[in-house]
Amino acid sequence: MRAIDIKLWRELWGMRMQALAIAMVIVGGVSIFIMSLSTLDSLFETRENYYRNHHFADVFASLKRAPLSLVKRIREIPGVDKVETRVLAYVNLDLEDFDDPVSGHLLSLNANSTGLLNQIYLRKGRLLDPGRDNEVLLSEEFAHAHDLQPGDKLAATINGRRKVLSIVGLVLSPEYIYQIAPGAMFPDYLRYGVLWTARKPLASAYDMDGAFNDVTLTLSKDGNEQDVIDRLDELLKPYGGIGAYARKDQLSNRFLSEELKQQKTIATIFPMIFFGVAAFLLNVVTSRLISLQREQIAGLKAFGYSNFSVGLHYTKLILMITAIGVIAGIGFGIWMGKGMSNIYMAFYSLPFMNYVLNAEVIIAAVLISMGVAVLGTLYALYNAASLPPAQAMRPEPPAMYHTTLVEKLGLQRWFSQPTRMIFRHIERRPFKSLMTILGISMACGTMMIGGFQEGAIKHMVEVQFGMSQRSDLTAIFTEPTSQRSLYSLQSLRGVEHVEGFRVVTAKLRFEHRSYRTSVQGIDPDGSLMRLLDTRLKVIDLPPEGIILTDYLAEILHIKVGDMLTVEVLEGDRPVVQVPVVGMAKEYLGLNGYMQLNSLNRLLNEGHAISSAWLKVDKLHQPHVYAELKDAPRIAGVVEQESAINSFYETMDETILFFTFITTLLGGSIAFGVVYNSMRIALSERNRELASLRVLGFHKAEVAYILLGEMVVLTLIAIPLGIMIGYGLCAFLAFQFDSDLYRIPLVLGLKVYAFAALVVIGSSIISALMIWRNLAQLDMVAVLKTKE
Amino acid sequence: MSPDSQSQHQALDENVVFHVHGVTKVYQMGEVQVSALRGVDIDLQRGEFTVLLGASGSGKSTLLNILGGLDTPTEGHVFYGERDLTRASESELTEYRRFHVGFVFQFYNLIPSLTARENVAVVTEIANSPMQPGDALKLVGLQDRLDHFPAQLSGGEQQRVAIARAIAKNPDVLLCDEPTGALDSKTGIVVLQALQRINEELGTTTAVITHNAGIAQMADRVIHLTDGLIGNVYKNDTRLRADELKW
Repeated sequence: MRAIDIKLWRELWGMRMQALAIAMVIVGGVSIFIMSLSTLDSLFETRENYYRNHHFADVFASLKRAPLSLVKRIREIPGVDKVETRVLAYVNLDLEDFDDPVSGHLLSLNANSTGLLNQIYLRKGRLLDPGRDNEVLLSEEFAHAHDLQPGDKLAATINGRRKVLSIVGLVLSPEYIYQIAPGAMFPDYLRYGVLWTARKPLASAYDMDGAFNDVTLTLSKDGNEQDVIDRLDELLKPYGGIGAYARKDQLSNRFLSEELKQQKTIATIFPMIFFGVAAFLLNVVTSRLISLQREQIAGLKAFGYSNFSVGLHYTKLILMITAIGVIAGIGFGIWMGKGMSNIYMAFYSLPFMNYVLNAEVIIAAVLISMGVAVLGTLYALYNAASLPPAQAMRPEPPAMYHTTLVEKLGLQRWFSQPTRMIFRHIERRPFKSLMTILGISMACGTMMIGGFQEGAIKHMVEVQFGMSQRSDLTAIFTEPTSQRSLYSLQSLRGVEHVEGFRVVTAKLRFEHRSYRTSVQGIDPDGSLMRLLDTRLKVIDLPPEGIILTDYLAEILHIKVGDMLTVEVLEGDRPVVQVPVVGMAKEYLGLNGYMQLNSLNRLLNEGHAISSAWLKVDKLHQPHVYAELKDAPRIAGVVEQESAINSFYETMDETILFFTFITTLLGGSIAFGVVYNSMRIALSERNRELASLRVLGFHKAEVAYILLGEMVVLTLIAIPLGIMIGYGLCAFLAFQFDSDLYRIPLVLGLKVYAFAALVVIGSSIISALMIWRNLAQLDMVAVLKTKE
Repeated sequence: MSPDSQSQHQALDENVVFHVHGVTKVYQMGEVQVSALRGVDIDLQRGEFTVLLGASGSGKSTLLNILGGLDTPTEGHVFYGERDLTRASESELTEYRRFHVGFVFQFYNLIPSLTARENVAVVTEIANSPMQPGDALKLVGLQDRLDHFPAQLSGGEQQRVAIARAIAKNPDVLLCDEPTGALDSKTGIVVLQALQRINEELGTTTAVITHNAGIAQMADRVIHLTDGLIGNVYKNDTRLRADELKW
């Protein structure tokens, strides 16, 4: 090895702690980068494989009832490839030892088949047997939640008739990767399941012999999606079609796509922060190293080393530190990526996970880190390379200080000399101080992202289910029914209050924009469903006109006073103009709200309701559940509270993991910045501090000067960090907004306090490490050496 | 303080500020042992202006460091008054430096971020009965440069700030390590004048180490150090004033 390279290795060893602190920050950046991008690639790849291999449909449509003869005409639509019809029913399920209402979707499936489209993936057991009509396949998550196995039985209320079904297999489906009950906020595997059973008995139960009420299809290569949807809608209209939609609007796929979008945002933001901080740290450390090695640089040049080779020498040092971070970061990133992919696989009921690590991701990580490292140190490297030997031989000129602004304001007399030293030192290098503050702030901000998610979700739930929807249960009727049905519900023991409402599927149109959703007709004097404005005040629902979810109004670019076109997709399918009379704040879903009577007028249907909200006495809840399960006209019952609680349980682990990661990352940034800044300050001020020790200052008094500066910078950084964190969270909330949900920007005191505490904790750890160096200040050497 | 060292010390003259007895100092330099002091016995008298003269490597800095509580001998005892510095803890040594010793260094060691006045104040703020920083600077003739930062002062001025800083706490002893080593002779003399004035007006016991024989002529007593041993010790019959010195 060449002597100059030996020098490199020894110097790297000599500054190993600092190198490690910087490498840690790079590890953070690279590992998050690799983790997010590889998880993203893996999810994309897995989803694509799953969809392709299991023939996930391109277009979906539900309708009331159509004869099977219509299939031929559907197939004839230009651009359609394969068509599969189904009978689909929303049913109440009855499980032993589980009193809560459980509902599910029951889908028809041919015997010994996984289906033509949306093929199921058999995980356990066998497919349906042709001879038997009481067999059922169960979604695996639901089976696991209830500890059900092939061979077990469960009962379902199929069109009012209780039927005992025998489980023969556990399956997954590309259609239910995200398995969520209609209208629910979160997956709840205990209270919602998907089941597949033989077509014949199901069709008989619902009067669907030779007919279907659900159709899915794939497109041929040259098929135009929108054109097919339009033609299909036209075809299904007479049969009660409620509007076909494309794969991108399919619920499970939508949730997965949103998740991928979020993953992408995280894959961009976090590494950017880390690489920025790493560049700054490398800059600080290299600048100091070069100024300490002025004489060596002069020597090397005097021996005939060129500017280029001197520059290269230090570049190598920087790249070596970066390489440590990159290598460890790649390893750690792959580990985290695999872990993350497995979490997703479980969370999303995916049958397999292809972990994909594209070479491009690794190459990008290497190039970005190396590039950032060199870019961050370019100025210092340029200085080293261009220092004329004769000048380099001389020590650096003494540092020039000034009285600081704070002192000029007349505060000087309150400051002891050490305090003045602190302020002047900070002010002498405004850029460096600023960057240090910014680095610490970034750490603080990064950590707030972890806490933000938890608080935001809690707030969403509180507003949506505490202030807006205040019922304990929602009962869904098999079909629109008279308001008289409410009396029978009201008469159940334990039911305190009942309010009926009407939901219709409709396409809302304004100018060229449209959105397919539901319009709810509600009781304006009701107490179980209240609309809220942006300040969470209850809004009155006027007798005429429609109130829209604020985000829906944004999508449609419609404002209060404009006329909205409502294309009802049920019944007589009226198309009417309704004035927009207000906006409601909602975090989940997008809806239109009208007074029940005014919606019914619009539908020409008299006083019909399709569902009811119930307020139930806790003591009588099991009894009410039991009664509802047996009620023939009730298709399903949704219970809010337990769904929320079970969601919190699943989320807690995920949030804990995420908080752990962000804390680790934020802590490593804070430690990296604080430790390096203090280490550099100690090196620069070694002589000054040792002199003070000689003059009779105690260790703690000397430490005050050094650590005091860090305390001041940290104290400035924390409020700034909180602002940055707020900004980052706002950005994420904005990025994550979709028609499925909007994330409120709610940051509790706990989030701020936690971020600040971790920053302070990391600073204390660095300070303790610096304290050790401070104890070893060489007082004797200081008397003899000239700076 | 042990009974043993107490008894040793009872015989001492009240006028003795430092009593150095059998001091050796061995440094471990890598794998080689270097003896900086090989058994030094010496007393420094109250109010005395002593010059410790020796070539580089003679051990004079080591001795000064031990007197100043910056270093401890390998063997032997150093008494400051009745206190055995060789048995003092680190924090006791800090207290000793803080309240009793004034240091002047070859390279001034001023705090660059503090003005002349503040460089003195940094010490007076932690001392017991210090003089005003302005008064101390006046004693060294810098009353007009109070609010200048080190980077705005010449070498001689910086060294005089260092002297003001050393004497402002009214120390019992002033220890100067090559105080003129980094200065030209003309500026050096101005600095020595300041030291002489302090010694005469405040009666501060002063020890100056130097390799410059010319300075010896202003001392009450001159101690030669060679290879870690005390050589020739003599008193000047007639002390020259600092402005009469030439080198």
